[in-house]
Amino acid sequence: MLTLKNVRWSPEAGHEVLKGIDLEIPAGQLTVVTGPNGGGKTSLAKVIAGLNQITEGSILVDGEDITEKDITERAKMGVSYAFQQPVRFKGVTVKDMLDMAAGGEIPDDEVCTVMAKVGLCTKDYIDREIDASLSGGEIKRIEIASVLTRRGSKVLIFDEPEAGIDLWSFTGLIEAFEELKKEKDKAILVISHQERLLEIADQIAVIVEGRVRIAGPGKEIMPQLMAGEKYGTCPVEAMGKEML
Amino acid sequence: MDKLTENLLKAISDYTEGGYTGAYNIRENAGCGGRQSTENIEIVGKEDGSGIDIIIKPGTKDENVFIPACVTKGNVHDLVYNDFHIGEGSDVRIIAGCGIHNDDEEEAVHNGIHRFFLGKGSHVVYEEKHLGEGTGSGEKRIDPVTHLELEEDAVLEMITIQLGGVDKSTRTTTGVLKDRAKLLIHESLMTAGEEYVMTDFDVDMDGEDSKVDIVSRSVARGNSYQEYHSKIKGNNRCTGHSECDAILMEKGRVNAAPELYAGHLDAELIHEAAIGKVAGEQILKLRTLGLTEEEAEKAIIDGFLKG
Repeated sequence: MLTLKNVRWSPEAGHEVLKGIDLEIPAGQLTVVTGPNGGGKTSLAKVIAGLNQITEGSILVDGEDITEKDITERAKMGVSYAFQQPVRFKGVTVKDMLDMAAGGEIPDDEVCTVMAKVGLCTKDYIDREIDASLSGGEIKRIEIASVLTRRGSKVLIFDEPEAGIDLWSFTGLIEAFEELKKEKDKAILVISHQERLLEIADQIAVIVEGRVRIAGPGKEIMPQLMAGEKYGTCPVEAMGKEML
Repeated sequence: MDKLTENLLKAISDYTEGGYTGAYNIRENAGCGGRQSTENIEIVGKEDGSGIDIIIKPGTKDENVFIPACVTKGNVHDLVYNDFHIGEGSDVRIIAGCGIHNDDEEEAVHNGIHRFFLGKGSHVVYEEKHLGEGTGSGEKRIDPVTHLELEEDAVLEMITIQLGGVDKSTRTTTGVLKDRAKLLIHESLMTAGEEYVMTDFDVDMDGEDSKVDIVSRSVARGNSYQEYHSKIKGNNRCTGHSECDAILMEKGRVNAAPELYAGHLDAELIHEAAIGKVAGEQILKLRTLGLTEEEAEKAIIDGFLKG
């Protein structure tokens, strides 16, 4: 579904953040990208969504090269992105945002369904402005809801969806991702350090210093990550150094 | 009434082909374009011809009053004095917009001097839309003056909107609140080109536990200039809040000068102000939902002014 070929990105000359990422994100699967802070995970999400243009390489969705497409074009082609740090809007309500995400007014029952998935009560939030009156966790959940509401999404990217979300809502979010996996035409890419998300991942890619340190089936990668935890070392330090 | 007036009425008020439902007074080019009273709402001309009195009986509920004014040609300098007497315990909606269409070289001006006297326990929603249009070089000016007097437990919600086409506007609002009275104002302004608008709020909270909440949202585009002044005076135990937010686009400029005066130990007064351009992150977010940059900007501004 989503193919990254030698993806490189430099925000400025002489400072390369993504150093040749090759990755295949299949449809009907949940791929979790993890790794240390500053390794390039969010940068990777942004170049896929088109917020930053790569300096080398190519990005393909369903075999179609989207490298030269801008943000809007990629969105219309089915690339959806939930920001790590959601943006606040004075005057724009939750309903406004969900309508924009859906490309038109969405029925009330659908609003209820998507809001329940992110652990919010529709009647309490639907008319709220997405502004400073919302907590970090609330606005994060609304951000996720905006992506879940998108029509025709092929690639759904969630950047640290767990951040600021309480335990109970997070359980609901896990269920939402499990449901998404059943839609065989969607590739789900989650950037996360969260163990519960890693546990349900079909595929895990560990990114360190702008490179894929190791990638493979979740069942194979997860024990290695956990071993690092167990011995009190950085989970990725002992992994696949030969791939660098 | 001519077609221009009809179109302006549709834009600034709830006018339909069937006319208004409820009491109304249409002011057209400084004259009377139609008037109707109802059983509970009487509209009478002032003896000196300077304007009208709108008298709402005590206990009147769920009725609308329409007091629009239109100017459809140049060389009109309309000045009108309208007094609203709101009976105790009534609950009504008043729509009093102003539209100017000017295809001429001479200026067209409307000055509406409105005074509101809200009886005890009354509740009024007051909506005011201002609009300018037309191809003439003559200036379109609207200078509303609104004075509000709220008796005990009265509540006034004022929604005032100016969304373009008015070359110059000075908007003055003063108010005095008695015990437990509440004044809630939401202002939305959009200026473009060489337009100029000045807003000036001056409210005295004299009553114990009175409350004022003023929210002004504005967008200054082109080479337009906006001035915002507000003065909230807490003369008793009370709460006052004003919020002035402005978005700048192109070469638009805004000067916000809020003022708070606390004349009582238990006066709680807050002011918030923010001026800046549309945040790039906001545009990016909406583009990830499939909106173009232009659509995203429009959605952000529409929401901002509405909110």
